Amino acid sequence: MSAPLLTTKGLAVEIGGHCVTRGLDLRIEAGRRLAILGRNGAGKSTLLATLAGLRAPSAGSIELGGAAYAALSAREAALRRAWLGQVQADPFGSTVLETALTGRHPHLGRWDWETSRDAELARNALAAVGLAGLEQRQIHTLSGGERQRLAIATLLAQAAPLYLLDEPLAHLDLNHQMAVLDLFSGAARDSGAGVVMVLHDPALAHRFCDQALLIDGDGRCELGAVDTILTAEKLSALYGYPLRQFADGNRRSFVPS
Amino acid sequence: MPTRRRALMILGTLVLLGLASFWAALTVGSIPVTTRDIFTALLGQDVPGADIVRQLRLPRALAGFACGGLLALAGALMQVLLRNPLADPYILGISGGAGAGALFAIMVGLPTLGIDGLAFAGALGAMLLVFGLAHGDGSWTQTRLLLTGVIVAAGCGALISLMLAIAPEDRLRGMLFWLSGDLGQAASAWPPLIALVIALALAMPFARELNLLARGLLQAQALGVAVDRLRYAIFLLASLATAASVTTAGSIGFIGLVVPHLVRLVTGNDQRLLLPASALAGGALLMLADTLARSLIAPQQLPVGVLTALIGVPVFLFLLSRQAK
Repeated sequence: MSAPLLTTKGLAVEIGGHCVTRGLDLRIEAGRRLAILGRNGAGKSTLLATLAGLRAPSAGSIELGGAAYAALSAREAALRRAWLGQVQADPFGSTVLETALTGRHPHLGRWDWETSRDAELARNALAAVGLAGLEQRQIHTLSGGERQRLAIATLLAQAAPLYLLDEPLAHLDLNHQMAVLDLFSGAARDSGAGVVMVLHDPALAHRFCDQALLIDGDGRCELGAVDTILTAEKLSALYGYPLRQFADGNRRSFVPS
Repeated sequence: MPTRRRALMILGTLVLLGLASFWAALTVGSIPVTTRDIFTALLGQDVPGADIVRQLRLPRALAGFACGGLLALAGALMQVLLRNPLADPYILGISGGAGAGALFAIMVGLPTLGIDGLAFAGALGAMLLVFGLAHGDGSWTQTRLLLTGVIVAAGCGALISLMLAIAPEDRLRGMLFWLSGDLGQAASAWPPLIALVIALALAMPFARELNLLARGLLQAQALGVAVDRLRYAIFLLASLATAASVTTAGSIGFIGLVVPHLVRLVTGNDQRLLLPASALAGGALLMLADTLARSLIAPQQLPVGVLTALIGVPVFLFLLSRQAK
């Protein structure tokens, strides 16, 4: 696919009468990483779900690899983008391996059963997030952080070229936060994956992304390279709280003043 | 995830269970018939008791299997559709609608065909009402669907109570029998049997997608399931399966709620195995329960719903306690 993994033109997103973005033009090429930042309730998750084709935009167009969602079946879309939601609930219980294997669904035909190769891919994905050895555990016995990593493993098993991640660091301890960010950065660098993620830590966004999108909650948003967008001035305005910026080599950190 | 071989083994076991239950349904009764005589009778030759086997026990056993299978299948589908382990085939008012139709037919003295016809019409009416109301604002969420269904069921319940209150004395017994579910009223076993085969054949191609649907709508859609279309299809399928069963044998309780759970405890929640296994187990359980219902204190008949519960509850509790970790 030579077309960008994701493009939006004039995208307007609304939820419950509240305008999240209007006229948003995005372009995610292979290997690029975009961070979405904003206050609670600004509409970050809504925007991400819209980008994933799970809700309709109020105006504008979204294309995955040059094709609009309307032109793609649900299964074709699932082969082009993977979406990590904030809530994972399963009222009926299932094992860790079964859950990771659901990521293989779009790759299987209607009558296919998961092959040993699918199981191997799922096991590798579990190992990549540090869940090796827990394959047969029931998911309701997992901790919040383990469930989050299981959801990420499911995404890896899906093996789509574009990752749309809604708070991928939720419930994770520091060690696993870095591991997960390294994992997706590695996927972007090594296999040309595109990554769009909602983050709450501007320092991590600066370190692990190329671009940032600040959503202020009134329909205005600002997009640009992390070096120009993630500054104390802009972030203080975004979060409505004064921040001070410290530099450590190429890295930045932000501390509430 | 069960392997294909394990799935076939479990289904094979359930087929054997079904056959054993079928055998019991044909041999047991006020006039015992030997196994050899049953084979001869089924082949169409005349032996003592052949008429009883062919004209009474066989249709009743087949109708029992079909209704049990339909109810268990519909229950499993409803539990996925509503993502609620407490859902059963009757939760969305299908049996209430059928009951209101059937009781009206009995009250005004229609023949069997009229009772079946109005029962089916009532079931369809309730289904369309729930669908229309739940879908009204386009949101069609699980909670809205569940609430609408429960309300429609409550409305039908009120209608049923009203008819029971004003019905003439001599019709009351028939009405009560219809309500508690009775396989003896099945006119022919073929319609529900055909319905069962069609329902299962329509559901199976979507079994893996149902696995994803059970995990959440957005989750399923993100993984490549056309969620809206699938939910319409499952709603219609489960409703029609329930309607077919209720029209045949009244509202037999318990099977649709507990058999899917029972099977789930043994097989796990993979719908590719759960759906056919539930249909087989539901059919076998209902045939067995009906055989006991008509023979335990013969010649008096017990309501079959009582027996399904008496057999199912201990089995279910045993499996549940074994599973607890």
